[in-house]
Amino acid sequence: MASGTIALVGNPNSGKTTFFNALTGSNQHVGNWPGVTVEKKEGSFKFEGEKYHVVDLPGTYSLGAFSEDEVVARNFILTGNPDVIIDVVDASNIERNLYLTTQLLEMGKKVVIALNMVDEAEKRNIDFDIDGLSKKLGIPVIPTIATKGKGIKDIVKAAIDLMNRNMAAENPVQYGETIEHHIRNIERLLAGKELPYPTRWTALKIIEGDQEILNNIKQSPHLDQNLTDYIEKFHQDHRNEDLELEIIDAKYSFANKAVDGTIKRPAEETVTITDKIDRIFTNKYLGIPIFAGIMLIVFQLTFVLGEEILGGLAADLIDGLGGLLAMFLVYLGAPGLFTSFMIDGVINGVGAVVEFVPLILVLYLLLSFLEDSGYMARAAYVWDDLMRRLGLQGKAFISLIIGFGCNVPGIMSARTLDNKKDRMITTLITPFMSCGAKLPIYSIFIAAFFSRHGGLILFSLYAFGILVGLIMAKIFSKTLFKGESSYFIMELPPYRIPTLRNVLRNMWDNVYGFLKRAGTVIFVVITLLWVLAVLPVSVEPYSQLSILGRIGAFIAPIFAPAGFGSWQESVALFAGIPAKEAVVGTLGMLYAGQYVEQGAILVNAVKLQFTSLTALSYMVMTLLYTPCIATLSVVGKETNSLKWPLFMALYTFALGWLAAVAIFQVGSLLGFS
Amino acid sequence: MNKALLTLNKGATGKVKMIEAGRCATRRLYEMGFNIGAPVKVIKNDAGPVIVSLTGNKVALGRGLAKKIQLEISNITNN
Repeated sequence: MASGTIALVGNPNSGKTTFFNALTGSNQHVGNWPGVTVEKKEGSFKFEGEKYHVVDLPGTYSLGAFSEDEVVARNFILTGNPDVIIDVVDASNIERNLYLTTQLLEMGKKVVIALNMVDEAEKRNIDFDIDGLSKKLGIPVIPTIATKGKGIKDIVKAAIDLMNRNMAAENPVQYGETIEHHIRNIERLLAGKELPYPTRWTALKIIEGDQEILNNIKQSPHLDQNLTDYIEKFHQDHRNEDLELEIIDAKYSFANKAVDGTIKRPAEETVTITDKIDRIFTNKYLGIPIFAGIMLIVFQLTFVLGEEILGGLAADLIDGLGGLLAMFLVYLGAPGLFTSFMIDGVINGVGAVVEFVPLILVLYLLLSFLEDSGYMARAAYVWDDLMRRLGLQGKAFISLIIGFGCNVPGIMSARTLDNKKDRMITTLITPFMSCGAKLPIYSIFIAAFFSRHGGLILFSLYAFGILVGLIMAKIFSKTLFKGESSYFIMELPPYRIPTLRNVLRNMWDNVYGFLKRAGTVIFVVITLLWVLAVLPVSVEPYSQLSILGRIGAFIAPIFAPAGFGSWQESVALFAGIPAKEAVVGTLGMLYAGQYVEQGAILVNAVKLQFTSLTALSYMVMTLLYTPCIATLSVVGKETNSLKWPLFMALYTFALGWLAAVAIFQVGSLLGFS
Repeated sequence: MNKALLTLNKGATGKVKMIEAGRCATRRLYEMGFNIGAPVKVIKNDAGPVIVSLTGNKVALGRGLAKKIQLEISNITNN
């Protein structure tokens, strides 16, 4: 049993998750772009022998009910009953952060402020009078640097002290006479109604016209006619006034008063390194070429480091282990079928996937570096103009880049987009962003046919994926989701040199996920297919007469126009739907069984089975076709429907098929092979 | 003198005077620090979204939004 619950609340990119990790020693994903955390995360820690529960809430500017992440945060604060809130405030941006603080105080919560990233603020010559600030706000303020673990103990102590004190929060903000008058009247009407929220806060929300709260009140059993009439009359009388904005203004003026005299900024803003870098990176001519250059470097490095240098080592290791295992099994006199399963299924199937760990490692290392550096927001910036012409907005581009790592978090990050149209289109095109799990497939085909231009081919595939995604965005915005794209507004956080710890942690999370899939989903898929490939016992295993061979031969004609009509390739494509790595695993297992004499090396078998042209059409098929189950299910969850994941599965398949057929047919006509 | 943010050059400074956007957008702008009276400095305004500094914090905002923010100008520079 925990002694209490602490919630972490704050603006996007104020460092809550770093804080959470420092507190709980856990490994949540951190990045330097607004909106990394879209779902609440829970953990616990021990302090002076007592255990405490911590909840990291999505970063929000406000606790209204506009976007998904705000609703998650607000509902937890209201109904999750945290005993105390640590409000993580970006020290360089106090006024706007305090706006959120005032809302927490109005909700009647016990709040302590972690004035975070004070080191960055000091670099910008901002001076703080911490005690003065604390006095003016009426709550504890503790300076912290979460990335270095500084101030964490102090803030925990302050939070727990406050938790154990019986102190009702004061209402810090006074509004204009009209608003205060209505607050008093509504409070009186609400008296004794046992609302789940504080009365003054509820009254304020009614005045703001907060739909969620209004609906909750209308459904409440204690509702009486007087209150309904009052609310109705109030909204009638004031429909032309912006009381809502007046309320925000009052909160800001409270924040400004607190800051006045306690925070001193230099008269001239210091020109930071961020400013200098941005002059180049956001330049109107250089912005997109620099983006393309960065991506090219990422893929070139991934290929050279991950495949050519480290990949060979991993492959040798797996092959060596396979050889040893085979000898050992023969020595033991293990049954032939078992040996076949271990060598063809486990070593050549699952092992073929594991061989790509170095490749994945390098890709994720580079993507984590990019995410931590602060570049993501700039990518969104430089793409906004073009994305707008395609019916989307720049922010959507962040989801797409995240999708290069894995489509699942990419799609989840679409939650931070304000309107439904942007969210839906982004969700539907994210699968064209080729994820890390597809990398092994390209890698095999590139090694077999295009090894001289590996990085470039890889980059072109990714670029082609982006292109298809953007074309589909345009089509969707003209057909399924018409209407305006929402406005673009985004913070550009300062560039930071990523901490080694963070980059390694993000990288390891992904590599671990990859290995875990290899040991679970992929192992299961390969085992299942292996069984089907060696049955019935009366036929030659791995032949077209096996059960799997017959199933494969039945579907294979679908792909004949794309040039890869053999049953193994068709089976592998379908095996890729549970998890993309299984495509390589399946090919490895099936070819190993078939080409025993070729030394069972997948690349050699691929060279025999494919031509450069069919290799290309196969790669494009895997790039575009139906995403993995995990992606489809997150689409189902985010859209709360069965229709959209089904639609996605089918339309991507059709598109992949069309593109593969087009490449093969046109290529053949032009005389390529 | 009031001017729309979109019409200002790099280096110009002023305070938010009025926002003429829809309800949601206005609210979002307020919440992100473009409340009435907030000091704004233009960092970049050529192609694509406008970049401004709000007490040293960079925020990019689309040209459509920038058109709807009226600033009371305190300094126009032409560099």
